[in-house]
Amino acid sequence: MNGTATSNGIAIDVKGLTKSFGGREVVHDLSMQVKRGSIYGFLGPNGSGKTTTIRILCGLLTPDSGEGTCLGYDIRRDAERIKRQVGYMTQRFSLYQDLSVRENLEFVARLYGMRDARGAAREMIKRLGLSGREEQLAGELSGGWKQRLALGACTLPNPQLLLLDEPTAGVDPKARRDFWNEIHALAAEGLTVLVSTHYMDEAERCHEIAYIAYGHLLAHGTVEEVIAKSALTTYTVTGDDLNGLAGELADKPGVDMVAPFGTSLHVSGRDVAALEASIAPWRARGGLHWVKSSPSLEDVFIELMTRSKDNFQ
Amino acid sequence: MSAVDTSSGAHDIRERFGFWRRSYAMVAKEFIQLRRDRVSFAMIVLIPVMQLLLFGFAINTTPRNLPSAVLLQEDSDLARSILKALENTSYFRFVHEVHDVDEFDNLLKSGKVLFGVEIPRGFERAVRRGDKPALLVAADATDPVAASAALGSLGTIVQTALQHDLYIGDPPLLPFEIRAHARYNPAAASRLNIVPGLVGTILTMTMLIFTALSVTREVERGTMESLLSMPIKPVEVMFGKIIPYVLVGFIQATLIIAIGVLLFGVPILGSLAMLAALSMLFITANLSIGYTFSTIAQNQLQAIQMSFMFFLPSILLSGFMFPFAGMPVWAQYLGEGLPLTHYLRIVRAIMLKGATVQNLQYDTIALATLMLFAMTIAVMRFRRTLD
Repeated sequence: MNGTATSNGIAIDVKGLTKSFGGREVVHDLSMQVKRGSIYGFLGPNGSGKTTTIRILCGLLTPDSGEGTCLGYDIRRDAERIKRQVGYMTQRFSLYQDLSVRENLEFVARLYGMRDARGAAREMIKRLGLSGREEQLAGELSGGWKQRLALGACTLPNPQLLLLDEPTAGVDPKARRDFWNEIHALAAEGLTVLVSTHYMDEAERCHEIAYIAYGHLLAHGTVEEVIAKSALTTYTVTGDDLNGLAGELADKPGVDMVAPFGTSLHVSGRDVAALEASIAPWRARGGLHWVKSSPSLEDVFIELMTRSKDNFQ
Repeated sequence: MSAVDTSSGAHDIRERFGFWRRSYAMVAKEFIQLRRDRVSFAMIVLIPVMQLLLFGFAINTTPRNLPSAVLLQEDSDLARSILKALENTSYFRFVHEVHDVDEFDNLLKSGKVLFGVEIPRGFERAVRRGDKPALLVAADATDPVAASAALGSLGTIVQTALQHDLYIGDPPLLPFEIRAHARYNPAAASRLNIVPGLVGTILTMTMLIFTALSVTREVERGTMESLLSMPIKPVEVMFGKIIPYVLVGFIQATLIIAIGVLLFGVPILGSLAMLAALSMLFITANLSIGYTFSTIAQNQLQAIQMSFMFFLPSILLSGFMFPFAGMPVWAQYLGEGLPLTHYLRIVRAIMLKGATVQNLQYDTIALATLMLFAMTIAVMRFRRTLD
């Protein structure tokens, strides 16, 4: 472990990151801090710049402007040092499909110069619960096993920071839960984890989250903080003809968002007075049941996303 | 809905021309894709132009101006006028004048000259005396095509040329004898030339393709992203990609040479160890060039196209198909930039001429230079980031 990073307890500390591709700004003036040993969730719609930010953090991309440190190392100058201590799990499975589980792990162990590559691979296979499959080709594994193997490969060289780019996309709920238990176990051992995801339930399992859309970091903090900061008021409506109601409410003043949730409808707005004034006629009408509730994380995010679309597109 | 009504008539027409519509859709799509694929587009133009220019201008099956050496053991007027006459035929171009038999042999062995004319001591006096002395013309016949035309017409050409100078009578009677000596391949067996040439050609083709796909394959399969996120340096990636194939190439070379020796009776007059070492160098040079293509190409198809565009001039300009010495100077310069050119000289010299290290210094250095050049470009071109 190196001195500077441990003393202040910050694993990632970046300011003003900006990155463009072909004239299109993908990440705009992004600043963030991630505490050591925490699980930091990175949320946002497709194409919002999550992957680009993660790639900048592990030295795969150089930012156009901005600066910062990752594990105490300068992200511009010390990319090689950062790579030694960071495990990066790519969005798309990027281990060798034509190598077996064991061969893939041994390859990674050797690249990081581990003394006993075979032993390390064997231990990891045991830890991943892949015993009996070690000679199977990685390409033949199911989605869930591939993802476990990928996580195993990036934790194998004992990194201090894990960057996981949508690790649970396309994985069944059971495998997802196991995966998150593993991540919490790793964090408990002192590992810092930055994980991007689309799933709200996963966001709620993070210590802190950040929401990014169109390259802009729109909100960050704990889940409670993000919900509180949104200042969103949500009414949950149940009753008949919610579809018709949704259409009628959509463009009323004070109504920022109308979203169906199964048999109920979430009607949200930032301006409580305007919202309540707008929904008053329907509340007076019978057949509908209105409950004022606190917004869910999803309400907050969808509202942020709609708002950012207006601002940045 | 109202749209149903109006579209039913149009629907019939669509059905009737369905075959053409769908074919047209496919054709239009292919054209768009072709236009976007720059390398394929370049190939459409470059391949025919390159072929045409090379065959039209560079390749000459009746070679002229063949580099020659003269071993002057006597500096007489007669000797000078014979040389002048030989040069006037435009078959020969005297680039070296030596006074020592070893030097003479060395020039032929190393392939620096294709012909050597030896004028023995006391030649002029013997002619005057009417002794009919021998004028020795030694030809490097490893490439029978290059040698035969010049050798075949030697007698008559010299005769005509000297008629004026020597006042020889009519019917012309040469006062000396021309003793032509086709060295290294006296029977002019083309297989003796082609088999060693094939070693180089086959190796060029297979080695280029092996490494040309290596980096693009990683990029296309997505494995490059995780490879780059790990602590490995471009040089290490390159060595890792090249070294296994050096062994593959070595096995391949052994196989071809073994078949050549056992089945076609091609001799190996020189040192086997040297042949192995220089073949290894040649294999590595080709692998480095393939690897360089791999770092430049965007995808596997482009890498194959680049290899092909390198392979074509290699075949035509290296001296494999057509005599190197017969090509115009610009084409020879191009040829010097191809590893195959140097390896062909090396492999022919070792197998057929029994050449030594000293004979092959130049080509060895050239091969090593080309290899290091390709490796440097590859390491510089290798992108450490995804930018």
